[in-house]
Order: sequence, then structure tokens, then C-alpha cells
Amino acid sequence: MRVAVVGVGYSGFNANTPDLSWKEITLEAATRAYDDAGINPRKDVDSIVTCAEDIWEGFAIFDEFVPDQLGGVLKPTCTVCADFLFGIATAYMQIKSELADIAVVEAHSKASDILTFGETIKFAMDPIWLREIGSAHPYYFAALEMSQYVNECCITEEQIAEVVVKNKNNALKNSSAPYGSKITVEDVLNSPMVFDPMRKLEIAPRADGAIVFVLANEDVARDITDTPVWVKGVGWWSETSNYDTMSFNAAYTYKAAKMAYKLAGITNPAKEIDIAEVDDRFAFKEFQHIEALQLSKRFETGTLMQEGYFAKDGELPVNVSGGSLGIGNLLEATGGQKALEIVLQLRRLAGRRQVEAETGVAQAWRYIPTASGAVTVFGV
Amino acid sequence: MSVGKKDISCPPEAPGTPLKDADITEKKVTYVEDHPDMRYAWTAGQAISRFLNELKEGRLIATKCNKCRRILFPPRMFCELCYKPIDDWVYVKDTGTVQTFSISYIDPDARPLEEPIIVAVIAVDGASKNMAFMHVLGEVEPKDVYIGMKVKAVWKPEEEREGSVTDIKYWKPMEK
Repeated sequence: MRVAVVGVGYSGFNANTPDLSWKEITLEAATRAYDDAGINPRKDVDSIVTCAEDIWEGFAIFDEFVPDQLGGVLKPTCTVCADFLFGIATAYMQIKSELADIAVVEAHSKASDILTFGETIKFAMDPIWLREIGSAHPYYFAALEMSQYVNECCITEEQIAEVVVKNKNNALKNSSAPYGSKITVEDVLNSPMVFDPMRKLEIAPRADGAIVFVLANEDVARDITDTPVWVKGVGWWSETSNYDTMSFNAAYTYKAAKMAYKLAGITNPAKEIDIAEVDDRFAFKEFQHIEALQLSKRFETGTLMQEGYFAKDGELPVNVSGGSLGIGNLLEATGGQKALEIVLQLRRLAGRRQVEAETGVAQAWRYIPTASGAVTVFGV
Repeated sequence: MSVGKKDISCPPEAPGTPLKDADITEKKVTYVEDHPDMRYAWTAGQAISRFLNELKEGRLIATKCNKCRRILFPPRMFCELCYKPIDDWVYVKDTGTVQTFSISYIDPDARPLEEPIIVAVIAVDGASKNMAFMHVLGEVEPKDVYIGMKVKAVWKPEEEREGSVTDIKYWKPMEK
């Protein structure tokens, strides 16, 4: 029994949302998703999975806050404390195991509610081993990883700037991308060196938004939609919490992708994947994730980037949506934005940024200071 | 996996690791203390913003769902049971009935409070069943509180109200 995405909805994405609470933006995304699927959540939904991390929310036991805005009062609901794509994996398993015919996955970001973003990231750092070292903003964690990775892989600063240019220009074609901008490589290289070797424009600013997916088993999907998008494979993987023993080459994504590709029957990802949305919350991460997804070979990715291989009209478009650099850091909803773009593309609903694609992959990382991530393969 | 009965003996108790005061004072057993500074400013949203602004005026506002006919308090923009947008705003009274209460003697740091705090869930007059306000009771002796007691809000003076649930100081019994 296959699993399909039968409805999607989203709210945002905005740099700030002073007029609406997280509940209200989630309600908007959910209302759109249920309308898209043509279902009544009070009658038709068997299970709801929210992906939320208490420390981003600013209050504990988020599980308790899941039901109301999703139509889930008095229904089986749970929280997965991870990115949206981990939630897709959970819902996939619930449907595969026949616990649910229809399962809903939701994630949101109200990043603008967090006043002390740096301190909040620091809360994820080992309190004895890491937290007390220096008082710099913890973005340096990404810069440490970047420094080692770009050296090992011979990636130049111009090549990294190309990622920012590509994604922010792609974002201009996405009316839901608040950080779109017509910038050049020169603009990126002129932006302040804030965490050497990382420049300011290489860091995705924060954004608010919510994403809701309705998943169903094959029979239900055939009944309620003419345009199912199949969840062909799911994968997730973690390395270690020890910063000194992480691979710094996104082994977490390599392994998660292996798992997802196996389920999807994909043996040559570089040939079989038509479109990818990968985590680019720091520009260099796009290279790491493209390589870990086996969409290009090490030492070749930088050149391919400069040649336009990953551009909207390139061989293998990556982050046509504008990516996180164009849309913003959506915290645990980051993978939701990635998956949303793949589904919209496969359903041919992507408007001015539409590309030709039948199989797409979405990937998300759990942000600094982690080496964890998830991958989902979608197809029509 | 192996199954079946195995010849395993368990001690009746685990001996544990004995600790002396000195182990801690001499820092053989150590701790690392940290005091994270995490601050948030939660967007109240459409419904709760209106609610908080009405508090400044000394009024309690709710919303109404015409499908299930419930008066939803505190107000929300959608009925969570019918899963539809609300239909109207309605004021409810600043009187109600004690639905449940606790006489609390200990503060969050587990220290005794000088005076006990009477926390109560107050079913607000004019709102539907299970639509209540959790607040504190005042001007009443703990021994005199009972479930079903009628109470009324005691507001801060208008100039001291700031659009917070603490604009109501406490709720007091309506009858002496």
C-alpha cells in the first residue's frame, strides 16, 4: 500500500507576523490543506503529527498544544521533536502500518517571537563541554564546519557566493519568499565577514510560517484526488552530539538519503532525481547536502554550481523555491518548505518557477549544533 | 532472541554508590551551573489581542460559534470543535462560579508561602460549559471556599491596567 500527499497548505512566509499568533498561522495553513484535500478534519483525519521543539516555542510540552488549530480535538495526536520531514516519516509509518488511513503533518515557525535567538541556539549545546566556551553568537558553529568542509573539498568563496545569488534570485519568482533579491556574486563577497570564513549574506535570516500536509493510503488517495504525489521513500539519521566527532560532511544526510533511496528504488540519484530542495540555511550547507544526496560528486559540485547546473533551467534544479536563503530560516518547518516546493512542482502548481520534474527529493538538517537530518523522496 | 527460563539470580537490592558530605564539599562530585538567558515575546494574535485590550476597559469578551452555539471563552478565531471561523464577538460577565479550587501553601521553589494562595477555575457567567478562567480568589478565608461559590472579579484601578490577565486582582465571593 503506497502513501500519497493528497493536500498541502501553507501560511507565510514572512520575516515577521505581528498580527497573527502561531495558532492563527497554523489554522490558516491547515484550512488550506484540508480544502486542497477536500476533507473535513473533524470526520476524516485519523492521526495528527506536529513537528515542534519546545525551546523554539518558548513553552514546554508542545504536544498539548497540537489539537485545536488542526481540527484534532479528541483525536490521536503527537509531537515529533524534529523537523517536518521527520514528521512525514512518522505519518508514513502510521499509514503503512494501517493505524491511519489519513494522517496530517504540521510544522510552523514563529521565529519572530524569539528575542534571544543566539542564546536559544546555545541551549542546544552541551552545558559542560561546549556552552561556556567564548561568548560569540553560536553561528560560529556553522563557520567551524564550513571552514573544514570547504578546505577539504576545495570550494571557493566565489562558488559559495553563487549559492546565495542563485537562491535569492530564484526567490524573486516566489511570492511567498520574503528575502528574494537581485544580487550578484560581488554583492555577496562585499557583505561583512561576520564569522570568518562566513559572510553575512550566506546566513539565512529568520522567517515565520506554517505548513500542513495531508497524507493518505493509496485507496483513499485514489478516491479523493486526481493528482496524488507519492511519498516514495523516507529516511532520517543522526551522527553524534559530540561536536569533535561529527563528520562535517553531512554524513547524516548521506545515510538518510540511502535509506530513502532504497525505499524508493532509486539506484542512481544524480540521474533519477529531477529536482531537489535542500537545507541551505548556511550557503555552504547546500554543497554538503547536494553531495550527501549523491546528486553530484565531491570536488565537482563547486564547478557545477558556477556552470548553472543547479539553476532553475539547469540539469538538476536545486532550491528553485528560493531556498532558506530566499525564504528564511523556518526552524522545524524548514523541511516543510522544502517538501512543499517539491509537491507543488510535481503537481505543476509552481507558477513562474515551474520546472519539468517527476521525481524530487526534499532534505532538511536539524540546524546548529546538530548532525541530524531527514530526507523524503516524492514522485508522480 | 533467546526465550525460555534462564538461571539468573537477582540481588534483592542494588548496593548503590555511597556518598558523604565531604565528597561534595571537596568537589569530588561536581556540578556545572548555567543560567540561560532566553526571552520571548509571543504574538497574542487577533483573538487574544482583542481580549487583552478589553481587559483594560474592565470587560471580558468571548466569541461565538453559530453552529454549535457555544460562547467560546477565552475568545479564539475559530471553533475547535466545528473547525470553522467564529461568527461574532460577545461580552460575558465578570461574575462566575467556582468550578474547582486548590489552597496552595508552597511556592514554585518549594518554600512555604506566607499566606496560602487560593487558585480557582471560575466558570464565567455567559460563557458555555467548560469555558472558564483560571485565576485566584481573595477576600475569603480558605476554609470558606467551596465548589459552586458565586464570585465576582475585583479589577485593578483603570489607570493601572495594562492589558494582562492580572488586570483582575482576584475574584471575591458575592455573598458574605
